[in-house]
Amino acid sequence: MSGHLEIYDLYEKLERKNIMISFKGELTSELMESILTVVERKLEGFSESATIRKKVFNVLVELLQNLFHHRGVSPLALSSGFSDGDSVIIMIARNATGYSIITGNFINNRDAGQLKQRLEEINAMGAEELKQFYKQVLSNGRISQKGGAGLGMIDVARKSKDKLEYGFIPFDENHSFFSLNVKVA
Amino acid sequence: MENITLEGSTKTPTVQFDAAKGTLAIRGRSIPENSIEFYTPLLDWIDTYGKDAKNPTVVIIQLEYFNTSSSKCILDVFKRLEKIKTQGKEVLVKWHYETDDEDMLEAGEDYQAIINLPFEMIEVEEA
Repeated sequence: MSGHLEIYDLYEKLERKNIMISFKGELTSELMESILTVVERKLEGFSESATIRKKVFNVLVELLQNLFHHRGVSPLALSSGFSDGDSVIIMIARNATGYSIITGNFINNRDAGQLKQRLEEINAMGAEELKQFYKQVLSNGRISQKGGAGLGMIDVARKSKDKLEYGFIPFDENHSFFSLNVKVA
Repeated sequence: MENITLEGSTKTPTVQFDAAKGTLAIRGRSIPENSIEFYTPLLDWIDTYGKDAKNPTVVIIQLEYFNTSSSKCILDVFKRLEKIKTQGKEVLVKWHYETDDEDMLEAGEDYQAIINLPFEMIEVEEA
């Protein structure tokens, strides 16, 4: 019986947080396409303005592809031995103030410092500074091996017009769980 | 030289590069995970076209969405076109954005600020 209670508990939590879609598992190209199609249809159904629809879609594309390019083996999945190797989580919440696109994934501690620094840098900037920073990285940056141009977080911050909320939860000596919440309103 | 005609998909844009007319159009959405793979043949085409470019060359960009990995590739497209301009030929970029799509207008202005080509911003009704 406890299993049934747990699934209800999870369902209830997601419902109370106004999560309109959530996914936990291994992200593939086909899956990202399906998520995007579903969300696009939902946004049309909510008769949101074109501005909001496009912002949510754009942020979702960027965050999904970030998860996809930076997916790594989850130490939690490894310890269980049965879960997907590179499990991530993504959710979209919709409430009175707008949308939240929330992601979570394990990252190597050696990458965490650089990521944290970039996020702090972005959050310290206003709209005009972000625009200049974007143009600077666009014209000087090279596409990294993982396909990122270093532009993703800057672009997401510009579209959000709000500060990026993020956290790093230490897991073991090599890994932290990175979570990100991008608001669109 | 051969033209490029690519049908758009859920992740890639419709591409129509016509050497005889001197028109290069990219329309739709550009959100592939691997944009380099998609854009490399387009960049190669522009290099070849540039050897005997029409005067003027008209570039039509009408995108609904593009990801940041495409934004770098689109910049590369403009950089190749800048070379054609350096040879003394005219290149005009017609950047389209849908009414109320401030982000797409701003994206066009970002390129305009970086690239030395004339941009015309064209507002279109939402599809």
